[in-house]
Amino acid sequence: MSTLITKVRQRQISQLIEKGKRLDDRALTDYREIKIEEGLIERAEGSAKILLGKTEVLVGVKVGTGEPFTDTPNEGVLTVNAELVPLASPSFEPGPPDENSIELARIVDRGIRESKTIDNEKLCIEPGKKVFVVFVDVYVLNHDGNLIDASALAAVSALLNTKMPNFEIKDGEVKIKQGYTPLSLRSHPVTVTIGKIGDKLVVDLGLEEEQVMDARLSMAVKDDGNICAIQKGGSGYFTPQQIIEASKLAQEKAAEMRKKLKW
Amino acid sequence: MNDKQEKLIDKKGIRLDGRKADELRPLKLEVGVLPNADGSAYVEHGKNKILVGVFGPREMHPKHLSRPDRMVLRCRYHMAPFSVQERKSPAPSRREVELSKVIRESLEPALFLELYPRTGIDVFIEVLQADGGTRCASITAAALALADSGIPMRDLVVACAAGKIEDTVVLDLYDAEDKLGAADVPVAYMPNLNAITLLQMDGTLTPEEFEKAVSMATDGCKQIYPMQKEALKTKYMHIKEETQEETEE
Repeated sequence: MSTLITKVRQRQISQLIEKGKRLDDRALTDYREIKIEEGLIERAEGSAKILLGKTEVLVGVKVGTGEPFTDTPNEGVLTVNAELVPLASPSFEPGPPDENSIELARIVDRGIRESKTIDNEKLCIEPGKKVFVVFVDVYVLNHDGNLIDASALAAVSALLNTKMPNFEIKDGEVKIKQGYTPLSLRSHPVTVTIGKIGDKLVVDLGLEEEQVMDARLSMAVKDDGNICAIQKGGSGYFTPQQIIEASKLAQEKAAEMRKKLKW
Repeated sequence: MNDKQEKLIDKKGIRLDGRKADELRPLKLEVGVLPNADGSAYVEHGKNKILVGVFGPREMHPKHLSRPDRMVLRCRYHMAPFSVQERKSPAPSRREVELSKVIRESLEPALFLELYPRTGIDVFIEVLQADGGTRCASITAAALALADSGIPMRDLVVACAAGKIEDTVVLDLYDAEDKLGAADVPVAYMPNLNAITLLQMDGTLTPEEFEKAVSMATDGCKQIYPMQKEALKTKYMHIKEETQEETEE
């Protein structure tokens, strides 16, 4: 996911951050402006578009039916996929998902799964035979850094306005009826990614800042403030103290960001 | 979890496999096991059996992936079809792609990539048998294989997981604990530099439990670290013995 920036620019960014400043005058722990638009794709059962500064991510939720996994016959299935659409950045290429898009999808997936946001047992139609499958498709439309937090927030936002089809079982056959029921969520996980630049912890890195970043830590925080999923990325390291510090920062920021969700 | 299931840890703090909360599984590390590789290692961590081969630094294929200012590290974490209960398709799964990435990023901080511009180094990890915690065992073995290849390193990378079963924070989860437990926190660590190079978590922990899990996992890493060094030394002890025998003859 790299876009080339000059060494001069890199040095400028890291020197500023050392002094606690950033190119766009934000504090190290400030997010860019967040705007969420819900339900703009009528064909999808749920959708949301997020603008995080200039980063733009659209998430669509489609609901289908399918067979449950053999080890969880009473549970519906959640599938998260991410597309780094080539029109979003000169560094994205068409073709099968690369490790960056797979990692993005799996981080979003883990945040929703581990927080038990969706009551999977409610998605069961006929145990062992038929269940609802919830497809969450993350579509990156403009890459200006911090795709993880934007995608995770948009995914929860899209689930919040997802309508589940009504159904009835007649003579052993599942029939989809008219009308919809809102998908009820049990949790509202928010993922906060904290980058390490030099020995500073920085929140919501822009595209250029990501080029300077040593490493990042993405943490999914539940409503009660507990963390339910973590992913470290990037070629650098964190000290144990920095990890504890980052987890506290993530909890604080998640509570702020959660206010952007409507429920 | 339903009541019929056996408790993963009993009142005395003994786990299903007989370990205490902060006890590692038995570990066996061996270096220089693959004649064709530039560096190699084999690890048995509990029932995990993992083989790692390192090739390079060598010319990159395809060439356009090489970097003018540094070496490129490539990692491939792969599970053998017979390594798990249900046969796994040999094609790389999304999980394997993600693990290959996080393992690579856990090893990169240990290497001086800028010393070998335009070259590539490949780390091939084959999980022959999986028993929970394969990514950690893979990292421990991969760091050994890299060291065995003779490439300079800032430190060895050691990895070990902590997690939560029932209500207890425990070290080094095996398969059943991983599946039925409440949380799993794999950690990779460079003990000499006090640097954490991999951290993941799934499952919920309170801030106190999380702090405990991270410190328990790094303590586990510190226990494995001397075993890694010993494995490297053992290889050269064998070479020394062999050459002595030859000169005596």
